[in-house]
Amino acid sequence: MSPDDDAVDLETVPGPSAEPGVSASPTRRVPRWAVTVVSLIVMLTAWEFFGRQVNPIFGSYPTAIAEAFWDLVLSGKLAAALVQSLQPFIVGYGLAILVGVPLGLVIGRFWVLEAALGIYVTAGYAMPLVALVPLLMLWLGLGFAVKAAVVLLMSIFPITINTWLGVTAVPKSLIEVGKAFVASDATILRRIILPATLPYIMAGIRLAVGRAVVAMVIAEFFTTISGLGAIIINSANNFDTATMFVPIIVLMVLATGLNWFIGQVERWVAPWQAEISGRDSH
Amino acid sequence: MGEVSLIDISKRFTLHLEGKAHSVQALDRVSFTVRNGEVVVLIGPSGCGKTTALRVTMGLERATSGRVTVDGREVKTCGYDRGMVFQHAELLPWLTALENVMFGLEMKGMRGAVLRETAMRYLDLVGLKESAARRPHQLSGGMQQRVGIARALAIDPAVLLMDEPFGALDAQTRESMQAELLDIHARTKKTILFVTHDLDEAVMLADRIVVMRAGRIQDVVEVPLPRPRGDLGVIRGTPAFAETRYRIWRAVHGAETRH
Repeated sequence: MSPDDDAVDLETVPGPSAEPGVSASPTRRVPRWAVTVVSLIVMLTAWEFFGRQVNPIFGSYPTAIAEAFWDLVLSGKLAAALVQSLQPFIVGYGLAILVGVPLGLVIGRFWVLEAALGIYVTAGYAMPLVALVPLLMLWLGLGFAVKAAVVLLMSIFPITINTWLGVTAVPKSLIEVGKAFVASDATILRRIILPATLPYIMAGIRLAVGRAVVAMVIAEFFTTISGLGAIIINSANNFDTATMFVPIIVLMVLATGLNWFIGQVERWVAPWQAEISGRDSH
Repeated sequence: MGEVSLIDISKRFTLHLEGKAHSVQALDRVSFTVRNGEVVVLIGPSGCGKTTALRVTMGLERATSGRVTVDGREVKTCGYDRGMVFQHAELLPWLTALENVMFGLEMKGMRGAVLRETAMRYLDLVGLKESAARRPHQLSGGMQQRVGIARALAIDPAVLLMDEPFGALDAQTRESMQAELLDIHARTKKTILFVTHDLDEAVMLADRIVVMRAGRIQDVVEVPLPRPRGDLGVIRGTPAFAETRYRIWRAVHGAETRH
């Protein structure tokens, strides 16, 4: 074996030891998280300053919200509401992933299914679901089932659409590799198309987090008032604006955390992607 | 065993340009045979049908008419009697070099310890044993294509089909890959059908060169160079090399001026 070509090429090839973050932006000295923290401090300070100037019914500010948060934690209301909210959220969002990903895969892969089902997915994405909640209540009642269904219906479409798009973006040449080795359609789908589509799937799952959180609150507003949605409604009715903000912020933190967690999962299931794009964090 | 015949292959397809459908005759009654253990190079300007002929042989495209046989048996779809080496290696980016070689073997039904051993043996054959755990983006272009060759060889096909495999490599790497391929051919005695547009590469590698033009065979040239070819730098300086290269240049060039 002559090592000629290696000697020429190897220097330009990043080895496994190369630090991805460095190659992404060699001039960056401040860590990414520090920028985020500074941004948060500036935002919270400005909110605190301007929030104190207005009537506490019309607005609130971070320290008041923190106080309300602490009260809700001590009384155990927040934990109870969170548990109550998360159950339909997890079931609906989980089902959206379990159904949405395979659906997107087969729609993208088989033109008959694309022609038959694609329009429903595209139209379903734009569906004004809030308007349909009363109808869903007639079908599924006021309890757990309808809440999970609302979350499912809100979050499944971005997952399916993204997966579908990802499948259509898989290079034809990679599929031909499967064909050249006499792989069946099912094997090509599982061994080539699924891994090639993973970045798109994960992006869809991330996009769906926000919609699922919104869907969860909508469901709690319009069906049996419960969970975090109930805290929002009840405190708004009592003009307790600071307490109203607590579940809103908890939900935003929850969605951000979930987003981060999905990013970590993506790096675990598709480590080559971060290596190729040279990104250390998202 | 490993004799491949293209018998009267024609391929016509429809191309949509600016809303109009054009019928293109990519291959027009092409016939030739690659004998067992022989290296035949298909050469010609782009659009001459050489890649289409290779893809039809692999079974990635169907001919409009005509037959392809491997050792006398007609083949219509992809099969393990033919191993394909793609233009840009086309390794699966989420698999390591070793796993990429294992992929073809797994498709063929190999399982267990023998799977890893076999893949490792072929990775060793192309000199990449040390890089088995690397992913494609951690390999140079030349190394990627060596994995591609190992993947195709590992399923032990009767014939190796290579579609401009070194076209995307720099000149130095390409030369070392040509020497590599000659070495692999000497050791495995595989029948090879190789597509290129590089005259030097064609003469260096081939026993026979099939020159194509506009979907037809323009000329078939025997390469009077001995095997093993030995030092490629020395071969390059021989009169036989220059004469063969000139003859092919004329056949290809004549085609281009007639456009």
